[in-house]
Amino acid sequence: MHCYETIYDVIVVGAGHAGCEAALAAARIGCSTLLLTINLDAIALMSCNPAIGGLAKGHLVKEIDALGGEMAKNIDATGIQFRILNTRKGPAVRASRAQADKQLYRLRMKRIMEQQDNLFLKQGEVTGLYLEGNELRGVDTRSGIRFLGKTVVLTTGTFMRGLIHIGLTNYPGGRAGDLPSLGLSDQLRDLGFQVGRLKTGTPARLDGRTIDFSRLEAQYGDDPPVPFSFSTGRITMPQVPCHIAYTNQRSHDIIRSGLDRSPLYAGVIEGVGPRYCPSIEDKVVRFPDKERHQTFIEPEGLETVEVYPSGMSTSLPIDIQIPFYRSIEGLEHVEIMRPAYAIEYDYVDPIQLYASLETKPIPNLYHAGQINGTSGYEEAAAQGLMAGINAALRTKGLNPLVLGRSEAYIGVMIDDLITLGTKEPYRMFTSRAEYRLLLREDNADLRLREKGYSVGLVPEADFERFLRKRELIAAEYERICSSRIVMDSREHEFLSTHGLSDIQKGTTFEQLLRRPEVTYGELAEFDDVSRETVPEVREQVEIQVKYRGYIERQLEQVERARKLESTQLPADLNYSSIHGLTTEVREKLSRNRPETLGQASRIPGVTPAAISVLSIALKSDSWKRAGSETRLEEA
Amino acid sequence: MYIEDTIAAISTPHGEGGIGIVRISGGNAEAIGRRLFRFRKGGDFTSHYLHYGAVTEPESGGMIDEAMAVLMRAPNSYTREDVLELHCHGGMLVVERVLAAVLACGARLAEPGEFTRRAFVNGRIDLLQAEAVMDVIAAKTEASLALAQRQREGALSLKIGEIRQALTRSLAFVEAYIDFPEDDIGQTDNDALRVAADDVLVSIGRLLSGFDEGRILREGISVLIVGKPNAGKSSLLNCLLRENRAIVTPIPGTTRDVIEESINLGGLAVRLLDTAGIRHTDDVVEREGISCALDKIPLADLVLFVLDTSRFFDDEDRLILDAVRGKRTIAVLNKCDLPMAIELPPEITTLPQAVISAGAALGVDGLRELIRTTFLHDVPLDSREFVAISRARHRDALVSARSHLQRFLSGLEEGRELETLAIDLRDALSAVGQVTGEISTDDVLDMIFSSFCIGK
Repeated sequence: MHCYETIYDVIVVGAGHAGCEAALAAARIGCSTLLLTINLDAIALMSCNPAIGGLAKGHLVKEIDALGGEMAKNIDATGIQFRILNTRKGPAVRASRAQADKQLYRLRMKRIMEQQDNLFLKQGEVTGLYLEGNELRGVDTRSGIRFLGKTVVLTTGTFMRGLIHIGLTNYPGGRAGDLPSLGLSDQLRDLGFQVGRLKTGTPARLDGRTIDFSRLEAQYGDDPPVPFSFSTGRITMPQVPCHIAYTNQRSHDIIRSGLDRSPLYAGVIEGVGPRYCPSIEDKVVRFPDKERHQTFIEPEGLETVEVYPSGMSTSLPIDIQIPFYRSIEGLEHVEIMRPAYAIEYDYVDPIQLYASLETKPIPNLYHAGQINGTSGYEEAAAQGLMAGINAALRTKGLNPLVLGRSEAYIGVMIDDLITLGTKEPYRMFTSRAEYRLLLREDNADLRLREKGYSVGLVPEADFERFLRKRELIAAEYERICSSRIVMDSREHEFLSTHGLSDIQKGTTFEQLLRRPEVTYGELAEFDDVSRETVPEVREQVEIQVKYRGYIERQLEQVERARKLESTQLPADLNYSSIHGLTTEVREKLSRNRPETLGQASRIPGVTPAAISVLSIALKSDSWKRAGSETRLEEA
Repeated sequence: MYIEDTIAAISTPHGEGGIGIVRISGGNAEAIGRRLFRFRKGGDFTSHYLHYGAVTEPESGGMIDEAMAVLMRAPNSYTREDVLELHCHGGMLVVERVLAAVLACGARLAEPGEFTRRAFVNGRIDLLQAEAVMDVIAAKTEASLALAQRQREGALSLKIGEIRQALTRSLAFVEAYIDFPEDDIGQTDNDALRVAADDVLVSIGRLLSGFDEGRILREGISVLIVGKPNAGKSSLLNCLLRENRAIVTPIPGTTRDVIEESINLGGLAVRLLDTAGIRHTDDVVEREGISCALDKIPLADLVLFVLDTSRFFDDEDRLILDAVRGKRTIAVLNKCDLPMAIELPPEITTLPQAVISAGAALGVDGLRELIRTTFLHDVPLDSREFVAISRARHRDALVSARSHLQRFLSGLEEGRELETLAIDLRDALSAVGQVTGEISTDDVLDMIFSSFCIGK
């Protein structure tokens, strides 16, 4: 093994959506960073659908942006259709989504990485970690080069022991067209990691020239397109539509006729697939009464005829795939350019991670993305960003950046992963966030900009713009709280036309705005100052006022939980010495080793009584005293 | 709060019995046993072994009683602490002397239910079990014992489970519309949500109305007998007591001048609140006048207003009638075996009535039944279907769930945003969850994926 001369601060393994954010974050914080990938032409490749965002995922992208990550800027520069979802619902559950030009997306990310100081890109398949004893020193590659690093971030995606299934045919691969990563997961298992197997799938890519789009319903993006990033002025890419098509009974019959050769139903696939992203055969089998299933035909880019039929992933054999796709109205003559396939891969139980994403068995090793059992570009990128930040902070001897469940979807996701582990690919949903009204896309910068700035990721200019915005919001909120109705003629006119004759003189504008009949924009009818308010300030003020009751309720809940969340559990806590815990609870706590009482309380089976015993034991330090007289449970 | 001191209490029911047990739990239990217990044949404590010997006074060493002692070392005990039990002869005096000796050795008198609380805090039993055990301890009659046991067996958990299931389903629908706007799952079905919420409200209402009955079964009711002098109160009391002589247990009341007598009326525990000395000297009470009894009216769940039908309705009766206005009252028309002289005012005729003769023991069964059905009107006491919440904590949780659901319904009516409706549903769900102590994280997602075909 040839040992390369440089010792890097951070080595990132994998250049998918997690790896890119990890490498950029570490390099931007000032660490010498090496990014190793099996294929330098596949950086930030969208292996599945050519889109970023959606419910909860859009939230993650905005948080990544607020912290100083790249994903939002990358999609803003390469997106070809932008839409805000749930516009008829409240602001907390509105989310951004965009179609990407898949090739432009990866090329721009590669360019950004190549231009980044401190960041070095190299092609190579990592076959194992290089350890001295239990001390992580670097990584070994298939080509015989050993790279030394102080910290390593593993972002292996679907590559570890990747196995591609098309019908009953299967072959090793990290993704269609790429080699798998072999050896690494075996070594991880030997090092004491719980390695499991997951499955995911992707639909065929179809030739757009062979689709009759005139028979499909077109779906256009928003006009004007609204960018993801707090730093992007406006979207300049040309915008194109998606198209909606439907399966029918004949499609379902075709699917059923091939089930005996489905690797899933024939028992060939052992990995667990995501329930929220089922293959078309899963949908047909599980919901036999549904007459049709919808698909969005998404463009893969401006310069290609390839299209992506969402929701139509399958692992059925190709002789079923062809008639199936052709059974869809408008797709009668469709040609498949790349077949659909399922892929199985190794992941590592995230329960073995700290909230910093550092692994518990091996110090200075970090895991991010699908290796942690998640699914989705956004989930991966968010973890990659956090792992990159924390690896970098480690090399500088600083405390890790950990986000709470009340601060960010990123915090919810990581806490879920490390507390509960995952048995199926984990995807973010807004319903996973108990403080959903606080964690909105629109206030991601207010929640996280400062943290991104303090670790050194948010550029000075962006941060100053943010500070100005925050001041303006506070000032405008203050103004409407102190401005009162004096009952001049314009106000009088306004109140009577809006059916608000019960409003008294002396009512503040804020109180007036709380009424459901009044929007901020309408204040301009009598309040000249509000007409000048910039949209981003207006939005925040309006949400703060309109949602006030619910926001306060959630803030109270956050406050109540704060004590639990901030109580640290010592890493060397000997749970078997704490008198009063049941065997079951002891086992769970010993295996999970939660970092805080709050995290402990979310482990299934850990009762409120156990939490109160723990908190008392912590106070009395009795676990230290009791160390020698381990008490046994009765049967 | 978990405090490791040593507690002690008499753990057998008050009153005369075959044996009386003093139970001691905590780190000093064994030391106290060594100090007070003299082994008949010498030796030392073996865990879970019944030793024969005597309990002695700590200071003088004089024998209090011969006794059996059993030490159960932690964690193999009810509280998972060291537990010592001293089994003495059943006389209250003896048992109380043993307890006094134990307390003199440094144990603290246990608060009611504290042994069970320790068992709960130490993880021996879960919250519902703990509460059910406390109810078993407090149960005075067969019916309340059965209720407590059914609760422990999970009848309540089952009902709560149904409510949770319904709420989870509604929440799953709301969440699906929020999280999957691009999936082809149709529009929010507000009518279905409303119907589901109404159904849950009905179930909660049923459980809540069972609360009072549950409480009555658990704690029993207090009954105050009032009437002017010589109306026949004491005869009535003696009538009621005589029939239940075997289970009468006199307990000193909370105030010096009230004595409680517990009787069992067909499964309903009844505490007869009575003024002091009534059993011994009627005259004393009569002399104290009616006013003393009237002061007790607010304390009682039920007033038995005894009227002497052989005499006229007079000012004293009127005074009592005014005092019981608005109180649950049964008019007991006594001395029906004598010629009737009374003319009942309309306020009396509208009350439930029992016509008896306490002296001749006529009509008392009818009165007993009337008392019982006044409180347990619709409840088939022997039915396995009957589920009642019997604890204030459960009631509070359900009341809170109800108010969250009502807010949800009004929000639905006003067309409020789905995500705020989801908060109301979630809060209702977590309030209901407080009854059984479960927390669910993935239940909603499970429900979404099994109800909707979702995925790209």
